[in-house]
Amino acid sequence: MAIRDRLSGNEAVAVAMRQINPDVVAAFPITPSTEVPQYFSSFVADGKVDTEFVPVESEHSAMSACIGAQAAGARTVTATSANGLALMWEMLYIAASLRLPVMLAVVNRALSGPINIHNDHSDSMGARDSGWIQIYGETNQEAYDNLIQAIRIGEHPDVMLPVMSCYDGFITSHAVENIDLIEDDKVKEFVGEYKPQYHLNDRFNPVSMGALDLQNHYFEHKRQQAEAMRNAKKVILEVAEEFYKLTGRKYGLFEEYKMEDAEIAVVVINSTAGTAKYVVDRLREKGVKAGLVKIRVYRPFPVEEIVAALSKCKAVAVMDKADSFNAAGGPLFTDVTSALYGRADGIKVINYIYGLGGRDVKTDDIEAIYNTLLDIVKTGEVKSVYNYIGVRE
Amino acid sequence: MSKVVEIRWHGRGGQGAKTASLLLADAAFNTGKYIQGFPEYGPERMGAPITAYNRISDEKITVHSNIYEPDYVVVVDETLLNSVDVTAGLKEDGAIIINTAKEPEEIRKKLKGYKGKVCTIDARTISIDCLKRYFPNTPMLAAVVKVSGIMDEEEFIKDMEESFAHKFASKPQVIEGNMQALKRALMEVKGL
Amino acid sequence: MSKVKVERKKVITSETTWKETTPGGIIIDPGNAEDFLTGDWRSMRPVWNQEKCKQCLLCFPVCPDSSIIVDEDGKMLGIDYDHCKGCGVCAEVCPFKSIDYVEEE
Repeated sequence: MAIRDRLSGNEAVAVAMRQINPDVVAAFPITPSTEVPQYFSSFVADGKVDTEFVPVESEHSAMSACIGAQAAGARTVTATSANGLALMWEMLYIAASLRLPVMLAVVNRALSGPINIHNDHSDSMGARDSGWIQIYGETNQEAYDNLIQAIRIGEHPDVMLPVMSCYDGFITSHAVENIDLIEDDKVKEFVGEYKPQYHLNDRFNPVSMGALDLQNHYFEHKRQQAEAMRNAKKVILEVAEEFYKLTGRKYGLFEEYKMEDAEIAVVVINSTAGTAKYVVDRLREKGVKAGLVKIRVYRPFPVEEIVAALSKCKAVAVMDKADSFNAAGGPLFTDVTSALYGRADGIKVINYIYGLGGRDVKTDDIEAIYNTLLDIVKTGEVKSVYNYIGVRE
Repeated sequence: MSKVVEIRWHGRGGQGAKTASLLLADAAFNTGKYIQGFPEYGPERMGAPITAYNRISDEKITVHSNIYEPDYVVVVDETLLNSVDVTAGLKEDGAIIINTAKEPEEIRKKLKGYKGKVCTIDARTISIDCLKRYFPNTPMLAAVVKVSGIMDEEEFIKDMEESFAHKFASKPQVIEGNMQALKRALMEVKGL
Repeated sequence: MSKVKVERKKVITSETTWKETTPGGIIIDPGNAEDFLTGDWRSMRPVWNQEKCKQCLLCFPVCPDSSIIVDEDGKMLGIDYDHCKGCGVCAEVCPFKSIDYVEEE
């Protein structure tokens, strides 16, 4: 039986960490992720976990300590946001290329400047090509469920990659909502023991990690890393299936909301998807065939599956809570359109950059986007591909 | 009662409007509802106007925006009426609940022509009488329950008694005062 | 040669494909640097004169390439020219001038 509770997103993630009981947590506080290590350190102090908690002096050190610990065979978790993630930068790549499945809760926040503590996705979107698996969660429930599943995904022998479990700062991290928790013993059983194939503390099979790797071998290692990311897709679905059997909660690479017969659809990430679902329901009441695709797994990007989900649509709007500053749309838009290219040509796809720096996204904003899509379907004409919504013009 | 009840709280940093919104969420949660309780974070400090929100529903809530057309507005500090547009978007068939010693019709003059229900509660007097200190949260919470009817009053009282017993396990002497404040507030809301 | 040849779990060569290589370039065979011959980097060559050697073994700890061959009884047997890069430290440190340091031919 699930445990009915009400928790903020950060509380829920800290509870997941308590239940996972990692060997090492090394963290440095930054708004809005601070509460995660804060709550977790109280579990450490109260003896509710066996974790070695390392309060480091920067996020660079946090990720370095996590890499060292994971290399030594420890299951390792940390959390950060925005500038903290940016300070981890070079270590992110090292964790991924050393194939160390460090777990990182990213509480999405605008990456300065000007300085801003509120939610958008500019932090994790910047890290989308760092070699980490990226999973996004709409609610506190999904943030909790995703972290538990992330452990199994990252540590899988076919994957061995670090995982970012991302959720929206404040909107999800600090809002209290209903949640169904899993019993401690069931989580323990689900995540199991971390049994790395190679680690530095294995005195019977000593290994070296992080050796110089030049023209002769580097490319092979990167090619193998790329394959691990491809393998991750299958593993993510297998773990989701097992999780479904445990909890009854279904997860995939993305969520399709009323997409069966949808003619117009929005593709979006994280909490805004919930607001958009409300709009879809209202539009459906009016007989509009509106649907929604909420990306859960952004890395690896589910190319074929996205194409299948959108192929019957006439017009699609991709919403990006981060700008690429490339004069050609946001990161999600780029990925969705390149997925469709040559596979489902003819669908009109437009882009909206929205909610930067925590600008609130109202149901009216999303309704306006659907109305624009309706207009495109009616006239067959796209007036503007790259758009901003919610900004003062 | 519409499907989702939306409540907006106005208070000042340090007065506990955020805590009150979370307490209300808690109480509603305990009666089996789906809830959201979230503050609007900013650079606020002690004394600065702050806003907090609740959504309460029998069904799962998916909207994650702020609340622009609340069913109820709660004003924890009446001096805010001079500086904050507290009735912005407030539904006419809803109500505003203000912490003041004044009568509803007197305070209505400050509400920019709001035509809906105006309720008042003298949370200061109740708090000082029952708790010997000024904690407007407890009486305001009861007033919201009374005016909105989001949960059964008896169930609310019972639930609060349990949660106070838990919360104040180390200082049981304050439980009675808090319970008294709740019960008095339920009786003393004006403008219903 | 007293060095025991250790069997490799995986022999990594310049032919090894991405499917065969170790994840992240982890080195799973400790000491596999031995498989990589560096003797041809040498432009100067240390030459050991057995008759002058007093077996003090001062050359052994200073050799950066572990190229001083020592048997199980702790006796120096010679120089491993497969790995010696010809740095000359051994010749420099020898108190008995038993190692000559000459140009490679």
